[in-house]
Amino acid sequence: MRALARRFPSLPLGLHRYRLDQLVGGAIVVVALLLVPVLDSNVSQISAFADAGYVLLLAFGLNIVVGYTGLLVLGYAAFFAIGAYTYGMLASPQFNLHYNFWLMLVVSALVAAAFGVLLGAPTLRLRGDYLAIVTLGFGEIVPQLLRNLDKFTNGPNGIVAIDQPSIGSYSFGFNPVPYYYLYFVVICVCLVLLNNLRHSRLGRAWMAIREDELAAEHMGIDTTGVKLLAFSIGSAFAGVAGVIYASKVTTISPDDFQFQVSVMILLAIVLGGIGNLVGVLVGGTIIALLNFLVLPQASNWAHAIGDKFGIGALQGLDLTNYHFMLFGLILVLVMLFRPEGLVPSATVRAELRAEQETA
Amino acid sequence: MALLSLRELTKSFGGLSAVKNLTFDVAEGAIISLIGPNGAGKSTVFNLITGIYRPTSGSIGFAGRDITNLKPNAVADFGIMRTFQNIRLFAYMTVLENVLVGRHVRMHATPWGDALHSPYQRREEDACRERAMELLEWFGIARYATDWARNLPYGMQRRLEIARALASEPKLLLLDEPAAGTNPAEKAGLMKLVQSIRGRGVTVLLIEHDMKLVMGISDYVHVLDYGEEIAHGKPEQVRHDQRVIEAYLGKGA
Repeated sequence: MRALARRFPSLPLGLHRYRLDQLVGGAIVVVALLLVPVLDSNVSQISAFADAGYVLLLAFGLNIVVGYTGLLVLGYAAFFAIGAYTYGMLASPQFNLHYNFWLMLVVSALVAAAFGVLLGAPTLRLRGDYLAIVTLGFGEIVPQLLRNLDKFTNGPNGIVAIDQPSIGSYSFGFNPVPYYYLYFVVICVCLVLLNNLRHSRLGRAWMAIREDELAAEHMGIDTTGVKLLAFSIGSAFAGVAGVIYASKVTTISPDDFQFQVSVMILLAIVLGGIGNLVGVLVGGTIIALLNFLVLPQASNWAHAIGDKFGIGALQGLDLTNYHFMLFGLILVLVMLFRPEGLVPSATVRAELRAEQETA
Repeated sequence: MALLSLRELTKSFGGLSAVKNLTFDVAEGAIISLIGPNGAGKSTVFNLITGIYRPTSGSIGFAGRDITNLKPNAVADFGIMRTFQNIRLFAYMTVLENVLVGRHVRMHATPWGDALHSPYQRREEDACRERAMELLEWFGIARYATDWARNLPYGMQRRLEIARALASEPKLLLLDEPAAGTNPAEKAGLMKLVQSIRGRGVTVLLIEHDMKLVMGISDYVHVLDYGEEIAHGKPEQVRHDQRVIEAYLGKGA
C-alpha cells in the first residue's frame, strides 16, 4: 500500500481516510453546532434546529436511493410514517406498551427497512417515471391505511402521549435541547456510515447501477440484491428519523406524513446537490430552517407590522401556509439557475454541463 | 479439455434464427475468433454465453459445469467477463472506480463491513486498489486513474473496458469488436495487449471485423453467416475457404 502510494503520489488510494483539512474544518463545524444551545436560549429556535435533524436524516436516506442508485422514489414519507408509527404504537398508552426508546430506534429502523424491501421487490424492474409513479402510490396508501386502521392507529386522531426518551433518570421531556444533541449525534454517525458506504464495494455497485445497469450486471453485480439494499438502507434512515420525530412531538397523525413531506425531502436534496453528502446537508438545513424558523418568524413580523399600522390583511397573515408556494418557487429557481444544486457532486455538475453542450 | 463448449446452441427471435445449431469448443489458453458479416449472429453468441439471452435450445458448458440458464451476474462470478461492441463504461465514475467495480465478484466485504470500514474491508479495499492500479499500469492508463471514464480518449476507453473486464481475474474473456473505431497504431497496441492477456493464462474469445488483427493473433477461427457456422479452422485455412469468401464478397467473386 505505502509503496503504491509512493509510486502514484497523486492517487486517492486512501480515499476512505480523511485528509487533515477536512478533519479540521469538520471539527470547527462540530464545535460550533455543539455550542448552539449554550449560546441561544430561545426554546422555539432550538426546537426548530432540532427539527432540522429529521429533515436531514430523511434527506440522507433518500439520497441513497435517488442520488446514488438513481431510482426516483416519490413516496419516501411513507417510511418516515412507518418508523414513527412503529414507535408510537409500541411506546404509548395506545396499547399500554412502553418499550424502551433506544431499543425502538433499532427496531423501527429494521421495520422500515423491511417495508423498503416490500416496496422494492415488486418494483425492481421499473425505472424512471414508472418507478416514480408506483412509489408515489405507495406514499399515498400508507397514510390512508393509518387513517382507516382505527383499531391499531386510532385513525385520523393519531397516537397521543408517546413516550419521551430518557437516559438513566434524566428524561428528555419537552425541552428541545436534548433532542438537538440526540439528532446531532445520530447525524454524525450516519454521515460517517454514508461516507464509508460511498467509498466501498456496495457504494460503487449502487453507482454502477445508476450509470449502466446492464454493464453492472455483467460485472457480476447482483442488481436485484443491491437495489433492495439501497431501498432497505434508505428506508432505515427514515425509520430512525420517524422514531425521534414521534418522541419529540409526542403526537402523530396520518396528516403528518403526506406527500408534501416527500416533496420537501426531494427538494432538499435537489437544492443542495443530489448525490453529494455535503450538498444534502446544506440543502436539508436550508429547507428545514425555512420551514421551521424563517416562515414562522416572518409571520410574526407581518403580524407586528399589521398591528402597528392597523393593516388587517397583515394581522391575520400566516406565512407558513405559503411554504409550498415558496418551495415551488425555490425549485423553479434552482432548475433555472443552478440545476446541479448549491453544492453539487462533481459528477452531477459535469453530467449537466455535458447535456447542455450537446443540447 | 475445453474451457467453454457450446452444444447445438440455437436462439430464435420469433421466426428468425439468430444462431442455429452452433457447436464448438474453446480450448483453455487459446485465442479464438468469431467472424462473419454483419448480422451473422456473433454478438448474439456472446449474449447467450453471458446470460442476457436464454437459448431456445442447446447448452453451454464452462469449466465442466452447465451454465446454460444462468443470469449475467452469476456467469461473471464463474469467471467469464466481457466487453461491449459499443463502449459501456460507467461514464461518471473514475477510471479506478470502474476497475474496482469490475473486481466486484472478488470482493467479499459485507454491507456492514462497508458501512463501518471494518479491518477486513480496509485490507480488502487496499489490496484491490493495489491490484487495480497494477492493472491500469499494465494497460498504460494509470495516469488517468482519477479521471472520469468518459473523459478518456476513445482508444483508452476501449482499453479501460478490457481492464475492467480483467479486474476480477476471469478465466475467459469475451471481446466484442475491441478494435472498432481505433486507428492503426492503437490496433497494433491492442494486438500486443490481447497476446499478453493470453500470456497471463486468460483464454480469449474474440469478435472482430479487422481481418489483419484476426489473422494475426487467432489460434483458431469460426466463421458465422446467417446464424450458422460455415467454416472453421486455422486462420490460413479459413482465409482461403470458398464459402467464407462468398459470404463476405458474394457469389462469383
